[in-house]
Amino acid sequence: MAKTAKPPKPEELSKIDYRPPRTHWMDTPVQFKEGTFCYASRPKYLEEVDFPNAREWSSADEDWKLPDNWKEILLEGIKDRLKKYRSFQLFMDICVRCGACADKCHFFLGSGDPKNMPVLRAELIRSVYRKYFTLGGKLFGKRAGARELTYDVFKEWWYYFFQCTECRRCSVFCPYGIDTAEITMMGRELINLLGCNTDWIMGPVANCYKKGNHLGLEPHTIKMNIEMMCDDIEEITGIRIEPTFNRKGAEILFVTPSGDLFGMPGIYTCMGYLMLFHELGLDYTWSTYASEGGNFGFFTSNEMAKRLYYKIYAEAKRLGVKWILGGECGHMWRLVHQYLDTWHGPADFLEVPKSPITGTVFEHAKSTKMVHVVEFTADLIRHGKLNLDPSRNDHLRVTFHDSCNTSRGMGIFEEPRYIIKHVCNHFYEMPEDTIREKTFCCGSGSGLNAGENMELRMRGGFPRANAVKYVHEKHGVNMLANICAIDRAALTTLMQYWVPQVDVCGVHELVGNALVMKGEKKRTQDLRLEDLPGVEEETEEEGE
Amino acid sequence: MYDGGKIIPGLIIFLLIITYPFYTNIGKPVAEIKPDLKTPEIERLEVKECVEPKAFMRAEHMKLLNEWRDSAVRDGNRVYINSKGKNYQISLQKTCLRCHSNRDKFCKVCHTYAGVKPYCWNCHFAKQEGKG
Amino acid sequence: MGMLFSLVVVVALILIALFGVKVIGLQFLFGVIIPYIAVLTFIFGMLYRVLKWSRSPVPFHIPTTCGQQKSLSWIKHSKIENPAGTLGVIIRMALEIFLFRSLFRNLKSDLRDGRLVYGSDKWLWLAGLAFHVSFFTVFIRHLRFFANPVPKFLNVIDSIDGFLQVGVPHLLITGVLLLLAALYLFIRRVYIPQVRYISLPADYFPLFLIIAIASTGILMRYFTKVDIVKVKTLTMGLASLHPHIPDGIGAIFFVHLFLVSVLFTYFPFSKLVHMGGVFLSPTRNLANNSRMKRHVNPWNYPVKVHTYEEYEEEFREKMKSADIPVEKE
Repeated sequence: MAKTAKPPKPEELSKIDYRPPRTHWMDTPVQFKEGTFCYASRPKYLEEVDFPNAREWSSADEDWKLPDNWKEILLEGIKDRLKKYRSFQLFMDICVRCGACADKCHFFLGSGDPKNMPVLRAELIRSVYRKYFTLGGKLFGKRAGARELTYDVFKEWWYYFFQCTECRRCSVFCPYGIDTAEITMMGRELINLLGCNTDWIMGPVANCYKKGNHLGLEPHTIKMNIEMMCDDIEEITGIRIEPTFNRKGAEILFVTPSGDLFGMPGIYTCMGYLMLFHELGLDYTWSTYASEGGNFGFFTSNEMAKRLYYKIYAEAKRLGVKWILGGECGHMWRLVHQYLDTWHGPADFLEVPKSPITGTVFEHAKSTKMVHVVEFTADLIRHGKLNLDPSRNDHLRVTFHDSCNTSRGMGIFEEPRYIIKHVCNHFYEMPEDTIREKTFCCGSGSGLNAGENMELRMRGGFPRANAVKYVHEKHGVNMLANICAIDRAALTTLMQYWVPQVDVCGVHELVGNALVMKGEKKRTQDLRLEDLPGVEEETEEEGE
Repeated sequence: MYDGGKIIPGLIIFLLIITYPFYTNIGKPVAEIKPDLKTPEIERLEVKECVEPKAFMRAEHMKLLNEWRDSAVRDGNRVYINSKGKNYQISLQKTCLRCHSNRDKFCKVCHTYAGVKPYCWNCHFAKQEGKG
Repeated sequence: MGMLFSLVVVVALILIALFGVKVIGLQFLFGVIIPYIAVLTFIFGMLYRVLKWSRSPVPFHIPTTCGQQKSLSWIKHSKIENPAGTLGVIIRMALEIFLFRSLFRNLKSDLRDGRLVYGSDKWLWLAGLAFHVSFFTVFIRHLRFFANPVPKFLNVIDSIDGFLQVGVPHLLITGVLLLLAALYLFIRRVYIPQVRYISLPADYFPLFLIIAIASTGILMRYFTKVDIVKVKTLTMGLASLHPHIPDGIGAIFFVHLFLVSVLFTYFPFSKLVHMGGVFLSPTRNLANNSRMKRHVNPWNYPVKVHTYEEYEEEFREKMKSADIPVEKE
């Protein structure tokens, strides 16, 4: 199923024609191009979480096996959501089509497809809204920018709402703050009503619901994976770390995306956490039940996202911890920051987070009781609690990719930079218009990082890769640091395609490299078990 | 979260602004604005006519005065031949104001009413009371 | 598409008013009845629109953050771009509404030899701001037709607006600026291929309408004059609810008034409602304090979840053999 459609060569892909087609967009039918869309979800995933219309189908087919009343379901779904979300109702009404958002979308910049301009992506649904929910649209039809909801229109929604990563870059530039993420979320909820989810999203959702994490790692596997990382840490540092799992009475529950538990380079970030927490003597526990920080449910519906995030507070309550520490992840932090407390709060059984090492009270998290690990670590460094040797990262020339969600849905800019500057000696920023609130998406967020979707992902990641390439050529940058699990997976593929000389890592991998631990042996390897340049093996010295 | 506490006051402010013309005027009689033509000089005229027809003068006098000023000051031409071929001396004080000697009741009534502030009086009669 | 259609509609509107007033003599219809209907439609339409928005709640706390969050005390917090409290939000909204902060960020991207480059592009911001400021000033200036005596502040606005002292009556800068800015916005819409591609009749129509309104206004003030005292007698009649049409007001005035009436009527049912909508935008008017203060969703409902008990039930044996603590042995 997870076959990789090979995208064209970078030289070809970067020839992009931004000229719109001659035909009006309403008269330009959607064409499903291989490599730019995901496979349909297998029915078992839908059944596991009680989603409607579970069936075998293929997104490349003519017939999607929709229920007979599909149109009523969609229109009823729109009506319902207009009443529930002011954002949706407002954003349907107030766009003036000034076009300021057009060339802000990485998918438009990478594909030139006008329906990837945020304004037109919204018009896909707005045109239907006008037809069925406004007087002007009912009376004047196309002249009022309205159109019928047809089977093809629905397929067009499907195609283009899975070509948006909900990164919110357009919303930074919109004079009314119209946020295409909100519109895409509504679009995907509607798609979900007809059971037309993608396999790459539904698999993780079903896994996470029953097994606790997207990857479907069962409790013993989680423990085994982490212990294997501890083996590596022991090899590198000579120190044996014994983390605990599902331990009641721990002070802190640590929740991170499961991407950190499996596969590279996520596990290196995880090793960084393990080393840091051990060095601090932190009284914390892992949970195999709340073993997922990310939330692919958010890419299907608000309700599913809420269902998946139930575990975090529930587990914190069961284990009796005081507060929760969260790992490096993008959309996880959008949700923890902006949604979790609303869904499942108030978490009054927890305490306001306080760093047991520095005594800092994290007032800004006093209601949600959840602290981002880079906030936690930056505070440690500021108070001089860590013994760091940044020269161990001297073979790296690092730049930092701001993840969409933590940038535009939170504003966590300085903390990771502060850490990087203390654990690395070579740090270079990408051009100003491509970082911080103006950062570009990896192109694979919001559940689009499937193998069959490769061309789309390489196109969507083009602006980001372009900026990396710039600092690679100018400063010799060879490491792209970030604080997002999807970034760690997606940017790795993206770099291999566009800028193969650049590798990808989490910030805490860099921390782990630089962290001088009590009683450690002389380090000759980094966390990737690669030899540190310029450091001679002790054994060699002894041998001579 | 509905934010009624912010939206309702916002709407009230909107209504106060947009209905300003109505609640400040409702019930008040509409003022009848008529420039006063009763001056001794006009009384003495056999044919009571201005340099141009009345309707033209009401709408376009400012344009004519502007032309007069340019003609007199810039070109030194002090003779105006009107649409009927009749000659007048180009002079605000000697021609216009000879008949309309009641500036406050003639010029100023309409100017004030329409919220217009011509700069005629910056030079003419600058030191005296009436601006209009 | 839509450009020609919108142009035809606006020209037709002008002809309708001319015909109605000059040929049939429907001064009362165009001078009294239609303006009253337009004002009522505008007021109730806008109320309906905003109240409709306000009936949909803001279920989640979703500000778009454009600067450093408030977190650790020693990290400089971006108080306006990422406000953490009410004052910050008020300033952020004020900058958005009065200075178009977000549009000021506008960039233009360009693909050169496989490289994307970005440059600042402030023209849309400048023209947009000029357009809105001019429109607002022109609107306020017209209050002189609805107040007797004319309040001082209107005289002040007039003298500032006409400070160039060019021509008689003084050239008012905002009137011309309004026309030029609207023309720029129109040209831009046609000239930039992407913007032309997304444009609807609903984008061209208000531009043409406003261009026509500004043009007739300028014509009346500087070229084909109307008797301003009579015009004010008419408008004061409207305001005091004693409508009366004085004789001898030029037809162009009725054209102007009719176009304005159309704009007022059209306003609440069009994209122009962004005037009210911008205040309600949840990505801008919320403080980024959702971890400090719980945001309540009025329709939050219980959902089906997978509890720990169910989880342990499934994996108990595996957990036990891996020495992971369990609730039930």
